[in-house]
Amino acid sequence: MIQDAATAPIDLRDERLVRGLLARLRGGDTGQLPVVAGLLIICVIFQSLNGSFLSSANLVNLATECAAVGIISLGIVLVLLVGEIDLSVGSMSGLASAILGVGLTRYGWPLPVTLLVALAAGAVVGVVYGAIFVRFGVPSFVITLAGLLALLGMQLQLLGANGSINIPFSSGIVRFTQQSFVVRPLSYVLMAVVAGAYLVAQLARIRRRRTHGLSTGSPLVPVAKAGALLVALQAGCWYLNQDRGVSAPFVLLVGLVVALHIALTRTRWGRSVYAVGGSVEAARRAGIRVDRVYLSVFLLCGLLAALGGLLSAGRLATASISSGVGDTNLNAIAAAVIGGTSLFGGRGGAYSALLGIVVIQSISSGLTLLNLASSTRFMITGGVLMVAVIVDSLSRRSRAAHGRA
Amino acid sequence: MAENLLRLRGVSKTFGPVRALDNVSLDLNAGEVLALLGDNGAGKSTLVKILAGVHAPDAGSIMFRNVPVTIASPAAARALGIATVYQDLALCDNLDVVANLFLGREQARVLLSEEAMERQAWTLLRQLSAKIPSVRIPVASLSGGQRQTVAIARSLVGEPAVVILDEPTAALGVAQTAEVLGLIRRLRDRGHGVLLITHNMSDMQQVADRAVVLRLGRNNGVFDVARTTHEQIVAAITGATTEPATVRTATAPRATATEE
Ligand SMILES: Nc1ncnc2c1ncn2[C@@H]1O[C@H](COP(=O)(O)OP(=O)(O)OP(=O)(O)O)[C@@H](O)[C@H]1O
Ligand SMILES: [Mg+2]
Repeated sequence: MIQDAATAPIDLRDERLVRGLLARLRGGDTGQLPVVAGLLIICVIFQSLNGSFLSSANLVNLATECAAVGIISLGIVLVLLVGEIDLSVGSMSGLASAILGVGLTRYGWPLPVTLLVALAAGAVVGVVYGAIFVRFGVPSFVITLAGLLALLGMQLQLLGANGSINIPFSSGIVRFTQQSFVVRPLSYVLMAVVAGAYLVAQLARIRRRRTHGLSTGSPLVPVAKAGALLVALQAGCWYLNQDRGVSAPFVLLVGLVVALHIALTRTRWGRSVYAVGGSVEAARRAGIRVDRVYLSVFLLCGLLAALGGLLSAGRLATASISSGVGDTNLNAIAAAVIGGTSLFGGRGGAYSALLGIVVIQSISSGLTLLNLASSTRFMITGGVLMVAVIVDSLSRRSRAAHGRA
Repeated sequence: MAENLLRLRGVSKTFGPVRALDNVSLDLNAGEVLALLGDNGAGKSTLVKILAGVHAPDAGSIMFRNVPVTIASPAAARALGIATVYQDLALCDNLDVVANLFLGREQARVLLSEEAMERQAWTLLRQLSAKIPSVRIPVASLSGGQRQTVAIARSLVGEPAVVILDEPTAALGVAQTAEVLGLIRRLRDRGHGVLLITHNMSDMQQVADRAVVLRLGRNNGVFDVARTTHEQIVAAITGATTEPATVRTATAPRATATEE
């Protein structure tokens, strides 16, 4: 494997290699650094304005509030990665909640059936968008803008005259979204398992790289990282457990984020999503079935929007004409962009949905604690979104200047 | 005598009123660089697209390794062993070198076998003496010549017999052109048959063994590059002379149409 001339691993034999964070940052490869920094600033500001911002009780609420829109935002990340957009996720989530309310109360469907119908509706809507997009080449923002109105119409139609349906508190979905927390001892075990899984995956990767003659770095690095992760997770868990604990919907969100992250970075499908976002023509010539990639992405976006709608309906124990209207749409899109997924396609990842929604919910929660009206909240969230979009554009320009467009 | 890889006879293609290719013949052998020359609109790209499975010919026959074939799609061309490097490269700027090299044919069980692909990427690039510092950086950060190298290396991933290069040096500087020409020689030395489309006479004379000239969609001479002057070839391209004798030796024009 190792040749006599150079004993270095085969990927480290070029002396021009520049390493280090600073060089990467200057090249416009900011990654998720701005949003993490932003989050810290937000925490410091709100904590100093109101001491209960970082209290266990508030963080438990915050985490729980993140789930619904965070899951919707995950779908937005997907469509943004292929360079498209879905402006109707709010309406889709509203329609899903209407289906939930009507299915459970008017038709008396069992909960699992109702959930499946609502999720299937989301998937079908996504496939319809995707089919129109690949068949007729209509820009996705127009398709989904039309869809926004159509779905809103369906939602109103379903809810009928009184415009609001209460979902029984005994219903599984309400209990799951309002009262389900990971049992305390189990929560610590869960965190330990997560850190352990991370360590195992990293060590396996090092072993594979070594058998292929590639550079590995010290195995102590992943061990140290896993240790830090373990401590951080246990501490966070302990802190939340001082109040009601780690909420099940939040665990669902994080689980979906991790699953989607793996699908995006480690599967052929994920690779093709990034390829289509980078250059459709290149992807097509490489033999990727571009149409299928678009269809799959719109389908998942619709499905995740429906799931988000179900969670938010459960949380409010009601499906009404105002479900999914207002800021749901914009928060979902803003979260993806704030978290670092580019509007220009091909850049970003599943984690940006999580980071972004935490930022948005922190702002929202902080402003609520300060008794500021939703009018102010809208303006501030709008401002933050604008900053995120500017950062996105600037880093794109910087990449172009450094030959990384 | 080297193995014959591609034999085209009487290939014609009409786009509406335009006869883009009229009864074109061409032979490509293993271990040779064949230049395909011709003025703008001569039909070079059309011929390439027929070989790459983008267009179907209206008439004529294509033999691959002495077996008649129809090339119905880009995937079919690739499966046969005909790889095409398009003029506009078709790389994904946001993906790294490994991802681009294996795009569309990643190795995976359930998860991608990143390490195996990275190792093979290095092996391939070393064989081509490619000067790429890291295969884990986005291709957007590579120079023009390096990007061209990646595009050419990518065409080799399936070990194709035939590599078609459409104006690979058109956008490159002097040093990078030299790099790519060196790469083309190494492809020949590895035993590939290389079809090189170019407008650049100097490139042609540096690397090509033979040159086929198209003019207005027809054959206008086949030249042994070492024994022909620059002027003779330019004359054939511009139509000042015709040398049909060198072409129509083997076959009379015929049209064994390949059914679609
Ligand atoms: N898809 C198409 N539809 C209609 N006409 C076409 C098409 N493709 C090529 N042609 C015509 O066929 C002829 C040959 O074109 P081709 O692109 O093969 O030329 P070329 O030799 O590659 O020229 P250049 O050096 O400018 O690239 C031209 O007259 C062109 O207008
Ligand atoms: Mg051309």
